[in-house]
Amino acid sequence: MTADDIRKSILEILHDIAPDEDLSDLKEEVPFRDQLPLDSMDFLDIVMELRKRYRIQIPEEEYTELASMASTVKYLEPRMKDL
Amino acid sequence: MAMATERPDNQRIVITGVGLTAPNGNSLPEFRKALLDGRSGIKPFETRYFGKTVAGICDFDEFRYQKRKERRRGTRAGSVGIYCAREAAADAGLDWENVDRSRVGIYIGVTEHGNVETENEIYHLKGFDYDTQYWSHHHNPRTVANNPAGEISLNMGVTGPHYTLGAACAAGNAGLIQGVQMLRLGECDLALCGGVSESIHAFGIFASFHSQGALARHDSPEKASRPFDADRNGIVVSEGGCLFVLERLDSARRRGAKIYGEVAGYAMNSDATDFVLPDADRQAECIRLALRRAEMSPEQIGIVSTHATSTVSGDAQECVALRQVWDDNGRHTLMNNTKSFIGHAMGAAGTLELAGNLPAFDDGVCHATINLDRLDEQCSLPGLVANQPREVGRIDTILNNSFGMLGINSVVIIKRI
Repeated sequence: MTADDIRKSILEILHDIAPDEDLSDLKEEVPFRDQLPLDSMDFLDIVMELRKRYRIQIPEEEYTELASMASTVKYLEPRMKDL
Repeated sequence: MAMATERPDNQRIVITGVGLTAPNGNSLPEFRKALLDGRSGIKPFETRYFGKTVAGICDFDEFRYQKRKERRRGTRAGSVGIYCAREAAADAGLDWENVDRSRVGIYIGVTEHGNVETENEIYHLKGFDYDTQYWSHHHNPRTVANNPAGEISLNMGVTGPHYTLGAACAAGNAGLIQGVQMLRLGECDLALCGGVSESIHAFGIFASFHSQGALARHDSPEKASRPFDADRNGIVVSEGGCLFVLERLDSARRRGAKIYGEVAGYAMNSDATDFVLPDADRQAECIRLALRRAEMSPEQIGIVSTHATSTVSGDAQECVALRQVWDDNGRHTLMNNTKSFIGHAMGAAGTLELAGNLPAFDDGVCHATINLDRLDEQCSLPGLVANQPREVGRIDTILNNSFGMLGINSVVIIKRI
């Protein structure tokens, strides 16, 4: 998957997790939690959806890599390049 | 328990709001109209593994009071509860933002809770070869027994006590009784109480009743639930909810609230005889205890809202109990059954069935028991209102029966005020 594919996929997941929110103005470098009403259970949803959809395993100590769209894409790109 | 006549107004508990969703109505006026029009809410239904059956399905708007995210996080029972609680609060004329929500208690009766979510998780886990790392972190908050009450607390910002009462099919009455008790104890100033059910979303309840030989079947879904009929063959499982706003009489009068009726008496007891078979003697004992507490004789009851679920044994046993308390002498108390319209709404049954009868205080009509084509002689009852509603003129009291598995019995008596 390319960086763009990953970005699209994360947006889909976010849309499922926060269906009431408008994601069209989501800023790349700003943490999700500063832009959206997400709590720790929502972040676990992102981890779970990546596991279910792509069998990507993210160790707990690396959850912080999923803070913003930019950091998430950067973290996932090498792990999803062969998908 | 003090006698009713001795109680001051701050110990007299009244119903000032009703919020409900039933298979044939999403508000009390809609529900009442369906009951008077003889309109069933039972439809064809298909569920995982079990296949085709019939059920009572509610079509209230889940998003009237919930955001999509809230609904995604929660359960169907929570959603039913939120809808009913919000509707009840609005019906009671409460300015919710200015209510002291630390003094509100939420007491929700449930027949069971957690089966729906557990079945769903296991079904999804099968797709991952039962690898439990794919098991949802939402499972625990969705399946803790207080979930439906807790979701109402979250949605409505209630910081007073919230919990559920597991009471099988007596749960609706149990929730209401808990509200009465907590108001009398001063634990809260407003009670949101009653019962909810999401049971149709679990295949297990259908399969278990079927294995027990107690699941209704009929070519016409609307005819499947037929309490007291000689050809009845079991329960129709339904979802639904009905919550009341209860408060003390002095508080209701002070704010000029509409009062549906006063809880004049109640009782709960146990059969202690069997897991599933009812015990008519203990049911009759429960009814007599409620009457004694209300300081009423059986003849003073205007309508008995029966529990009968359309099973061969259960209906006959309740009729034995009713005939023990009401004989053919004197003025006939009228008797009806709401499950003939909506099936068995489990945890919601008690309060839905009571709510459907409350408008009788205003319109003077006793709604019927429908689908009674051929009365079972064992179910012959004095005052049974069959197939067509009966205009009475004035009704002052309603007695509501709700019984459940493991021999749990509950009776509530409401009187006009």
